[in-house]
Amino acid sequence: MIPATAPAAVEDTAVPSRETILKVENLRVELRGERGRIFAVDGVSFELRRGETLGIVGESGCGKSLTALSVIGLLPRPVGRIASGTITLKGAGNLERLPDSQMKRIRGNQISMIFQEPMTSLNPVFTVGFQISEVLRTHKGMSKAEARKRSIEMLTLVGIPLPEMRFDSYPHQLSGGMRQRVMIAMALACEPQIMLADEPTTALDVTIQAQILKLMNQLKERTGTSIVLITHDLGVIAKMATRILVMYAGTVVEEADVRDLFARPLHPYTQGLLNSILRLEPGREQRRQLYTIKGSVPSLYALPRGCRFSDRCPAVHEPCRVAEPPLVPPDDNPAGGDHKMRCWLHTKPTIQ
Amino acid sequence: MTEPLPNPAPSRHAKPLLEVRGLKRHFAVDDGALSRSGRAVKAVDGVDFHVGHGETLGLVGESGCGKTTLGRNVVKLDTPTAGSILFEGVDIAPLDDRAMRPYRREIQIVFQNPFSSLNPRLTAGAMLMEPLKLHGTADRRERQARAHELLKMVGLNADHFNRYPHEFSGGQRQRLGIARALALNPKLIVCDEPVSALDVSVQSQILNLLCDLQDRLGCSYLFISHDLSVIQHVSDRVAVMYLGRIVETASVGDIYRRPLHPYTRALFSAVPVPDPDAQRAEIILEGSVPSPINPPPGCHFTTRCPYATEACSAVTPELAEHEPGHWVRCIRLNEIA
Repeated sequence: MIPATAPAAVEDTAVPSRETILKVENLRVELRGERGRIFAVDGVSFELRRGETLGIVGESGCGKSLTALSVIGLLPRPVGRIASGTITLKGAGNLERLPDSQMKRIRGNQISMIFQEPMTSLNPVFTVGFQISEVLRTHKGMSKAEARKRSIEMLTLVGIPLPEMRFDSYPHQLSGGMRQRVMIAMALACEPQIMLADEPTTALDVTIQAQILKLMNQLKERTGTSIVLITHDLGVIAKMATRILVMYAGTVVEEADVRDLFARPLHPYTQGLLNSILRLEPGREQRRQLYTIKGSVPSLYALPRGCRFSDRCPAVHEPCRVAEPPLVPPDDNPAGGDHKMRCWLHTKPTIQ
Repeated sequence: MTEPLPNPAPSRHAKPLLEVRGLKRHFAVDDGALSRSGRAVKAVDGVDFHVGHGETLGLVGESGCGKTTLGRNVVKLDTPTAGSILFEGVDIAPLDDRAMRPYRREIQIVFQNPFSSLNPRLTAGAMLMEPLKLHGTADRRERQARAHELLKMVGLNADHFNRYPHEFSGGQRQRLGIARALALNPKLIVCDEPVSALDVSVQSQILNLLCDLQDRLGCSYLFISHDLSVIQHVSDRVAVMYLGRIVETASVGDIYRRPLHPYTRALFSAVPVPDPDAQRAEIILEGSVPSPINPPPGCHFTTRCPYATEACSAVTPELAEHEPGHWVRCIRLNEIA
């Protein structure tokens, strides 16, 4: 695959700055289950820069949603808790230690989140207008009238027809795409620095997904909000993200710029994922065998020794079953410092 | 072993395995006890298609277009309002449960959600032996042997025989669902979104399995999915549904090379490509799918179609053969193609 030089589908007019607004270091999330404790997120570190869209991909259970929930302080209690690590938001300090009362002020105001299923994340007994106004009245101290005016502006901004009328609609009166627009309106009402989007279009049809993705890109450019986009869909990631984290069994296994990752995936898991996705190929007549990654994701209760992917990896070799590789740039560094992965194929084990 | 037959062109002479004619399924809308409004959700509204021996027909469309209702009617989990379902020439649409029984062996279904479609109280073995018992395999040892054979066919093994559904992963459960559908050697399997609930790496394993089984057993699939890349991978022919009607049908090669109906074109262009440098003209449709209770008159796509004129709302277009084997429901096709 030779990457074309011309920028295309990625609307990268607003070049993300290098300024880091969120820094997650060595985050470990502990879950307590019937069968004991596990670290569902185990040593995740990343930085989010102003105005960028950071994509997090991975299969179910890899810890991508828990990572986002830790950032916004919504881990399911008492099952989950942050065991160690730091989450630093620019201008607000360390989030993981903030008491609830202070976290409430940040949530919805500086960091907001949209979820996969808009029907379950909107309150069915309040009008959508009330729910957007509530955010503004809580965080911005607006009067009822001001909040109504601003909410209608937000509904207009996200492309809802007849916003004055829709202000008084209940969630069940709207279609799935419209509900997701309402969620986005609510998430952006206070112009947060960061919007966490957890599978925002997975429950939507492709034609509606195209509308919502376009809307998210337009709004990002307008408001300068940074987005953390969590998805399992590599097509959506390719279209939206500037940088990508690939997660597997609770850890980041590869981190790279979007073009770099699709052109030169280094980790065997990333390679496997990219090979096993179906692509639309006009004119293909012959049915071919699909590439598969053998086996399935290991249970977090019974992770293999060493590299977590070693049981399924086609290139498994000796050090893989001994020690877990660190997340570092490859020794044979072809792509500059931004490409990192966790694999002994590209990193020399230092201690034996 | 049956060789998969070459793709039969839509012809009225060769007798297909399944032929559906003018199928309609309307659900009455409940407006309250005293109301007799006669309003109905026209989930399936006049659908014609056929599935040949050893062939896969891919049925694609967005949520609410009626594809699942259509699949449920073909296996007679639901009774159509009008139209006929000819299975090997016999109309099974009006048959009652008793008369339907011999056909149940021949037509099976694999459901989308492998978590809710398996009985949590039955072990894998019991689940596979049940249909054999109901359909007259009297000998218990024979049933056990067949259940083991089925487990092996779908890539599970004898260890799994005595396990319950909750002990399986999502992919394994879907394998079990497939084994259950295969138990009676059906000629037709309706696959309703069989991989939508699975992760990417598991999805490709299940698709490979379905394709292998078809090559080995020669069964036909009516494969329902909203995912265009999955449909392309498995299908010989494709039918695109919009609001209860088929708007375009053609061989997989033809339709992916040159989608003709404005809806099909928009649908294809909206699929995100896993390539950050893809150069594509994306057609973004306005609005969403109208309500099937009160669909727009004439062509149902007029409210979102970039080419719609007044004439489109005046008449209901027929599915017409634009090129050999390529059928499209659009009156302006010659102007816009």
